[in-house]
Amino acid sequence: MGRLLSHRLAVPLVIALLVVALSFAMPSNFYYRVAALVWISALAVIGLNLLMGYAGQVSLGHAGFFGIGAYAVAVLPAQFGLHPLVAALLGAFATAALAFLVGRPILRLKGHYLAVATLGFGILIAMTISNEAWLTGGPDGMPVERLTLFGWRVRGADTWYWITGGLLVIGAWIACNLVASPTGRALRALHDSEVAARVAGIDVARAKLTVFVISAVYASVAGSTLALLNGFVTPDKANFLHSIELVTMVVLGGMGSVLGSLAGAAILVVLPQVLTGFHDYEHMILGLIMMVIMIVLRAGIVPSLAALFKGRWKK
Amino acid sequence: MAVFGKCIRGAALLAGVAMVWAAPAAADTIKIGAPLSVTGPASFLGDPEARTLQMYVEKLNAEGGVNGKQLELIVYDDSADANKARTFATRLVEDDQVVAVVGGSTTGTTMAMIPVFEEAGIPFISLAGAVVIIDPVKEFTFKTPHTDRMACEKIFADMQTQGIARIGMISGTGGFDKSMREQCLEVVGNYGIEIVADETYGPSDSDMTPQLTNIKNAAGLQAVVNPGFGQGPAIVTRNYKQLGIDVPLYQSHGVASKSFIDLAGDAAEGVRLPASALLVAEKLPDDDPQKAVVVEYKTTYEEKTGQPVSTFGGHAYDGLMILVEAMQRAGSEDPKAIRDEIEKTSGFMGTAGVVNMSPDDHMGLDLTAFRMLEIRGGDWTLVE
Repeated sequence: MGRLLSHRLAVPLVIALLVVALSFAMPSNFYYRVAALVWISALAVIGLNLLMGYAGQVSLGHAGFFGIGAYAVAVLPAQFGLHPLVAALLGAFATAALAFLVGRPILRLKGHYLAVATLGFGILIAMTISNEAWLTGGPDGMPVERLTLFGWRVRGADTWYWITGGLLVIGAWIACNLVASPTGRALRALHDSEVAARVAGIDVARAKLTVFVISAVYASVAGSTLALLNGFVTPDKANFLHSIELVTMVVLGGMGSVLGSLAGAAILVVLPQVLTGFHDYEHMILGLIMMVIMIVLRAGIVPSLAALFKGRWKK
Repeated sequence: MAVFGKCIRGAALLAGVAMVWAAPAAADTIKIGAPLSVTGPASFLGDPEARTLQMYVEKLNAEGGVNGKQLELIVYDDSADANKARTFATRLVEDDQVVAVVGGSTTGTTMAMIPVFEEAGIPFISLAGAVVIIDPVKEFTFKTPHTDRMACEKIFADMQTQGIARIGMISGTGGFDKSMREQCLEVVGNYGIEIVADETYGPSDSDMTPQLTNIKNAAGLQAVVNPGFGQGPAIVTRNYKQLGIDVPLYQSHGVASKSFIDLAGDAAEGVRLPASALLVAEKLPDDDPQKAVVVEYKTTYEEKTGQPVSTFGGHAYDGLMILVEAMQRAGSEDPKAIRDEIEKTSGFMGTAGVVNMSPDDHMGLDLTAFRMLEIRGGDWTLVE
C-alpha cells in the first residue's frame, strides 16, 4: 500500500478521485463554481509550489503571469478574432518567453532581492494592464468571448467544474513527473545548498530558470481558464495582492507538496464563502484560522499532517 | 515521494472541509441580494451602501414589510474583487434564490455579475457609475447613479451659458478620471466647446504645476475642467491658484465631499462642480421637489450611523426604493414581474433626482439630477 501510494501517479489519481467524488456532493451550481475556482487556484499554486517548495525560490509577481494568461484570452479574440484556445496557448507561450527573458537576470538574485525583483516585475505587468485602457479596458476590466468547442458553447458551472478539474489533474501529473525526474532531483539539491549542487555538477542557473518558466506557464494557464470561466477580466487578478494570496496558499498548504497546494487553495477559496455569516468579523476569523494553522502545523497542512500520521503508525 | 503518498489523508480532510457548509433554510420572506464592496479599495462606496440598505430594510420591515411579507437582505462583501463578486452572484441566484439584487459597488464587479443575473432572469439594480452598464440596454440590468457623461454634460452646459468656448482639460490616469475624460471628449463637441489643452497626471503625483503651465499658455483659454477623483484635484486646485490662472476652474462630482474643501483650502474659492442634491440638502429652496427626500435620507443616515452622509449611500437608497415600489406595483415576488415594473418606474423621486425609466433607458435620470455648485466661504452654494 505504502509503495503504491508513493508512485508518481498516486497524487494525480487521488485528485482525480476527489474531483469525481465531490461531484456527487454538489447541491447547486454555486458549489460547482466554488469548486472550479478551487481547482483553478490550485493549478496556479502547484506551479508556484514547484518554484518555492522544490527550487526554494520566491516569486511575489506570479499574479503578473496569471494576468497575462487572463488578458490573452480576453484581448486576442477581441482584437484579432483568434479562437480562445489559440489565444490561451499564445498567452502561455508569451508568458514562457517573458519568464525566460526576465528570469535570467532576476534569478541571479537571492532571498529578499529576488523577492523584490519579482515583486517589481509583477507590479509592472499589473500597471500596464490597468493603464492601457484602449486595449484592456483599464481598471474596469473587459468582457471575454465565450469559449466554443466544435460548435458547442461551453457554459454552466458544472461543465467548468469538469474542465478545470481535468486541467488540475493534468497539472498535478506533470508536476509529480517533473519532481521525480532528474530536473526535480536537481531542484531539491539546489534548494538544500546551491554550492553543493554546483559541486555535484548541476547547472544551477539553468535548473532555476527551467522551473521558473514552468511555474509561470502554470499561472498563465490558470489565468486563461479563470477568464474563460468568468467571461470577464479585471486587472485585480494581476495585482500584488493576488500574488500574495498565491504565496499564502503555497505556504498554508505546505511547501513542496502537490496535495498541499490543493489544500491551501481550497482553504483560501472556500473559507471566505463559509465565513460570510460572520459579516464584520469575517476577516478576523480568517486571519485567526490562518495563524492557528501556521502555528500548529508549521510545515503547512499536508506535510505536517502526513508527518503526524507517519509518527503514529510507527508506534 | 514517500511523504506524498501519505498525503492521501490530506485529501480526505479536504473533502470534509468542502462539504461542511450547508444551505440556509428557506422562510416566507422576500429575499433581496446585495453584493457590495464593503471592505477593500472601494469600501468608501460599499460601506455607506451596506449601512443604507440594512437601515432601510429594517425600517420597511418594522412598517409591515412589502406586500405583507418581511424583506430579507443578504449582504455579501466582494471587497471590489470582480471574481469574488461573480461567485457571490452565483450564490445569490443558486443558493439563496433571491428575487432581486441591489448592489455592485464598482463598475468592474457589476460587469462581472451582469451575465449571471441576465442568465437567471433576476432583476439587478447596480450602484456603479459607468455608462457601459446600461448602454447597450440589458433586459434585467438597471442602475441608479448618474453617469460620468452626465457630469460632463452638466459642466459643458454651464460653460455654454457663460459663453465659454475654449477650455483646457487636466485629468488623472486612475479609473474614474480616465473614464470621465473619455466621456467628456465624446460629448464636448455637442456644446460648441473646443479643448485646446489636454494634460494628465499620475494618481500619486504631488505637483501638477508643469501640466497647468502648459494649459495656462494655451491661446485663448477661457476655463479649465478637471475630471478627477481622490487627492489629485485638490493639488490641481492649489497649483491653479499658485500659478495665478484667472479663468474659472471646474471640478467633477468625484470631489463632491467636504474633505476636498479641507484639502484645497482657500484655493477652492470659486471652484464650480456638478454634484448630487444630497450635498446641499438643507440649502435647497423649500419648493424644490427633491428637498423632502434628500433631507429625510440625510437626517436618517446621519442619526443612525453618526457619520456624514455620502452620495453613494444615496444610490443604494434609490435602488432599494425603486425595487420596493416595483414589487408593490407588481403585487408579487416574481422576478420577471418585478423587472417589468422597474422598467415602468416613472416620476420616482430619489436622492439622485427624478427617475423615469423606459425600455431604452434603464437609468432614467436627466441633467436635472445634478446641481451646479460653487465653493464660497469654504462651503457649497447653489448657483442655479
